[in-house]
This record gives sequence, C-alpha cells and structure tokens, in this order.
Amino acid sequence: MRVGLFIPCYVDQFYPGAAIATLQLLEKLGVNVFYPKNQTCCGQPMANSGFEHLTGGCNELFLKNFSEFDYVVAPSGSCVLHIREHLHDDKDPEAAKTLSHKVYELTSFLTDVLKVTSLPAKFPHKVGFHQSCHGQRGLHLSQMSELVAPDFSKPGSLLNMVEGIEIISLNRVDECCGFGGTFCVAEEAVSVKMGKDRVTDHLEHGAEYITGVDMSCLMHMEGILHRQGSKVKVLHIAQILNGEQE
Amino acid sequence: MSIETKDHAELAETFNRDENRVDWHDETLWWIRQKRDKSVHQLPEWEELRETASQIKHNVLSNLSSYLQTFEANAIANGVKVHWAADAKEHNDIIVGLLQAKGIKQMVKSKSMLTEECHLNDFLEKNGIDVIDSDLGERIVQLAKEPPSHIVLPCIHKKKEEIGELFHQHLGTPAGNADPQFLTETARQHLRETFLVRKAALTGVNFAVAETGEFVVCTNEGNADMGAHLSDIHIASMGIEKIIPERKHLGVFLRLLTRSATGQPITTYSSHFSQPRKGQEMHIVIVDNGRSVQLGREDFRNSLKCIRCGACMNTCPVYRRSGGHSYHNAISGPIGSILAPNLDMEKYADLPFASTLCGSCSNVCPVKIDIHQQLYKWRQVIVKNGYATTGKKASMQLMSFTLSNPTAYHTGGKVGRWVLKHAPFAVNNKFNPWYKQRDMPEPPQASFGEWYEKNRKSK
Repeated sequence: MRVGLFIPCYVDQFYPGAAIATLQLLEKLGVNVFYPKNQTCCGQPMANSGFEHLTGGCNELFLKNFSEFDYVVAPSGSCVLHIREHLHDDKDPEAAKTLSHKVYELTSFLTDVLKVTSLPAKFPHKVGFHQSCHGQRGLHLSQMSELVAPDFSKPGSLLNMVEGIEIISLNRVDECCGFGGTFCVAEEAVSVKMGKDRVTDHLEHGAEYITGVDMSCLMHMEGILHRQGSKVKVLHIAQILNGEQE
Repeated sequence: MSIETKDHAELAETFNRDENRVDWHDETLWWIRQKRDKSVHQLPEWEELRETASQIKHNVLSNLSSYLQTFEANAIANGVKVHWAADAKEHNDIIVGLLQAKGIKQMVKSKSMLTEECHLNDFLEKNGIDVIDSDLGERIVQLAKEPPSHIVLPCIHKKKEEIGELFHQHLGTPAGNADPQFLTETARQHLRETFLVRKAALTGVNFAVAETGEFVVCTNEGNADMGAHLSDIHIASMGIEKIIPERKHLGVFLRLLTRSATGQPITTYSSHFSQPRKGQEMHIVIVDNGRSVQLGREDFRNSLKCIRCGACMNTCPVYRRSGGHSYHNAISGPIGSILAPNLDMEKYADLPFASTLCGSCSNVCPVKIDIHQQLYKWRQVIVKNGYATTGKKASMQLMSFTLSNPTAYHTGGKVGRWVLKHAPFAVNNKFNPWYKQRDMPEPPQASFGEWYEKNRKSK
C-alpha cells in the first residue's frame, strides 16, 4: 500500500511537529508513506471565502501530487472534507472523483483502513478532546450531539488505546471553537469569544492539554491560551497517538 | 457591501463589548437548545420524523402551484376570501384596503414573521392604523420600538429588568418591578382590553392544508385565538411555502415544530381555522415576495422547507454570541442568512459569511435544510455577482497565486516565518485582527517540508 502524506499548508509552516508525528505514526504502523514536496494547500481558504473559482491551481497541484497513491492521508478533518466535497477537474472529472474518495483524515484512516486495535503510546495527563466541526459533522468522525443516533467516536476510540490518558468531560461536547477559516479575522469579535468560551470549558474541567484532529482549531485556542498566560498546551492527536512524551 | 449600513461583523463587535451580556445571551439560548435535545431524545423515531417532514416539503415544493390552487379552491368553498400578493407592497396594500373598506383604525396582530418581513406595522402606522402585537414577546419589542431578534423568542435579547422598565414607562407598572409573573399579568390585562375592542385581527399561518382549505396557527399564549374569535374580520397572512398536502401531515409537523423550537411536545394552542363564524369575514393573503425566485434557485430552494422553529438560531454559536439584531434582517440566524440574500443580495452580502460552517444548524433543522451547505454556496454566488470588497478580492488573488505555485509558497512561508521570528512587530500589531486578542503561533525552525528533505530524502 502506497500512501501519500498530505500536510496542510499552515501545518507545514507552523506545526511541523504534528506532521512529523503523523509521518512517524504511519511508519510505525508499517505504512509506506511518501511526501510529495510540491504540495501546497487544499484550496479551502479561498473557497470558504466565496472564491472557489480561484482554487483551480490548488486542485491541479493536488491531482498532480497525489493521483498515483492508493490512499492519501492528512492530519486534518477540515482540509480532507474540502477535498472530498470540492476537488474537481473540469478536464477529467472522474479522476478528481476517484482521488477524492481515496483521501482520508488520519484517525479515520487508522480506524477504518488500518483497523488499528492497539497503540504503543503512553500519555499520563488530563486531556480535553476538541471535536473539530468539519471532521465531526462533515466527515462523521464521531456522533453529533444534535442527532438521535448511537454514540461513537473514531478519534475517541484511538485515544482510549493510550495508556494513562484521562479524557475530561466537557459542558458542551461539540460546540465550535470559532476558528472558521477567514471567519477568524473577518468576524474577529465573535471568533475570539467562541474560542474563549471553548477554552474555558476545557480549563474548568482541569485539562492539562487540549487535543483534536485539526490543528487550525488548536492554533486558534492556543493563541487565546497564550494571551491569557495559561500553561495549558495544545497538541495534535497524532502527537499523542505517536507516543510522544511531554 | 453597502457602506451606509453596518455589516454583521461590525454589529457583532458592538454586541461583544459587553461580555457579561454575551454570556447571558449565549447561556439563555443554549438552555433552550438543551431543552430541545432532552425532548427529541425521548423520540427514537426523531430522525425518521425529520426525514419524513423533509420529503413531504420536497413534494410540496415540486408541486407548489397545484397545491396552492387546491388550497385556494377549498378555502373559497369554505367561505374564506383569498388574496394573492406578489410582494410585500401588495401584501400591505391588501391589508390596508381591507381595513379601510370597513373604516377600521385599530388592529390586533398575533405573531407573523411574514408581516415583519413586509414591515407591515410601519406601513399601517403611516396609514393611520394602530396595531397592537398580542404575542407577549412581540409586544415587548413593539413597546421598545425594536424589531424582534429571534423568530420564536422575539425579545430574547432583553433582560427582565429592561422589560420591567419598558412596562413602567408604557403600562404604568411600578418602577423597578421586574417580576416576570407580575409583568406577564399586567400584559395579559392590557391585552384583554385590546382583544375586546379591536374589530380586526391578523394572524400568521403555520400550516395551510391544501386538502381542506384550512390553516393552522400555533401559539403558546392563545393570543391568535383571542384576537381572531373576537374580531369582525380575521386576516391571515401566509407565504406560499406554508402549504402541506393533507391534514394527516400535521401529525408529522406538529410533533417536530415545538420540540425543535422550545423542547415542548406541542404548542399550547394549535388552532385550525377553516371558515368564518356567522357575521365574520375571514381573509387569507397568500404572499410570494421573492419565494418563487428562491424556488427557481436549485441550490437554495430547500430553504423554503423552513417551518420557522428557530432551532438553528438556538444552536448557532455565532448567533448566540452576536444577537439577532446583528443580522439586520427580519429573520436572523442561519436560516435568515440563506433567505435574505435572495431578497437583496447586496444588502445581505455579509450574512452568509457570518458563520464558521460548523454545520450544527443543519443537524437540528426539523426539515433537514442543508443550511451550512447553502451558506457556502451563497458565498460563491455573492462573490460572483461582484459583492466582495476590492481588498478581499486582491488578497484572495494573491493567496491563490501563492498556493498555486510551490516555489512561491515555499519562499513565502520562509519569509513569513523569518518575519515572525525576527521582526514580530510587523505582524503583532493593531492591523492584524488575529493579534488583537490572540497570540500568533511560534514560528518553527523549519517547515515540515524542509525537515522532510533533511530526514527522509535519502530513503
């Protein structure tokens, strides 16, 4: 199985640790991982701003970089959702469709494709798990509080394999953090207020770390935690599952 | 975007200056979302009900013209007079015409978001007709000379102390009294008097049954009934999308409506009106006002399935923290944001962007409108129609260029990280909205791409 590693632009630039953990975790699980170096971005920043018509270049690059692989894995629910829903190629619509179905968010790749049942990881800390909306409501990584349906959580089931970890409960299990892509600057006041409220929920329940499947939400919450002078850290779920000790 | 009016982001920023109030507003509406959750989780068939309702409405929208004609024929046969209004102006003209023909100068009105959409109250006032809103929340915002901030809970943005003060000014209650029970009783007495003397009553319509020509009005206060039963003339205003095919379909919609809205199993009053009582006139005004245009927009037609429960507002993390008035439209929140651009794309160009696209609205919607997908699609339509600012266009073009060219992207990333490390003041300043209340991420030594070149390239 040849797997292409897709590292979203802002993770590449600002959170290489999350990307390295993703790579190492997949390698540990025996996956043949390749990182095509000319990749950039899924195109979501433009598309969510109403400029989907400017994402042609990103689509073209994505197809060029990843079409050859059996699967493409990315440590992000949001970017994967964008690819799944919007990757297109006017010249070869079928190729884009085929590729978009091969793209997986990391935790669902572990649970659904690799069918991981144990992980050699230890993380003896109180951890708050943030449900990033696009992964949860878009990719159905876990059940949504609005629906009358059985409970499940793909990332949650993986975290439960980690030795010593204590997942804290939250008042609002799946409320949005307010990042929202360009929303975070276009609607700065509401975005920050949403982030502050999310962070408070985690802090009030004793979180030492906040984790999740999307670094973007975590970056937003980290910015607020830092500004508040909090010692609580954010970590991408790959870093915990990879057995990194803090 | 028009420069004369403030957009959602600016209005939301103003709302957020009083953080305690934002917390109070957020918690009040979250409490209602929780009541909804508790209530719907008692019904194992909830998701099936939603799907059924969505399909019934799908059928309605696909056969709207014939259902409307059936409804009209049956209503006429019941002795009701039916009027058709192409837009808000025609709707308002019809109502004033009906009142003036009878020399009526006063009217009582139960809740109708359609009349808010048509700005009927202002129009009646200009024509010398005094209108009193009989829904308690509507009455409160009417006294405050404000529009409702929520379609089900019109005065949810007001604290009880503020309502006490309003009642003190307008209804003569003692200053400083904010006891909800006392204030409600005062309003009740005041409205009783109104019901007894008004000759005309206007109600909204929650469901119009094509099969029977009857319409159903749902209230918790019984105010629609009080107004309609005592009036000489009962006028009901309805949008063309209020149709349901048969009476039995109410069994689906009435179970969904109030559970979604407030968590109640059903509205206190679900009143069926089919014919005028002896000596009374009953009129139905069927209003289009942009709905047929929306019906023609393939991506947005499902928005017409809306039964106005307000669940999307209660669950929306943005609505809860920006308040209904920040949407500057009669219908606020997520559903308002997909309905409004159809009416005036320029004026409401900001609304589809007032969302993180978290998707919670679509999940609570009792008729399964894909609200957050429509928000995304409206963004594309608005930009294509030229309603994006020049600055935004330029920055998006630059972003697109950089992200379409690996070399530009790698260089740009390197420069960006260097600046953040060595000249943070260039980024950490008041011109950066991120930095205002959040720190920037720590720039790493190397990007992942650079790390990979060093650590894996040889393999």
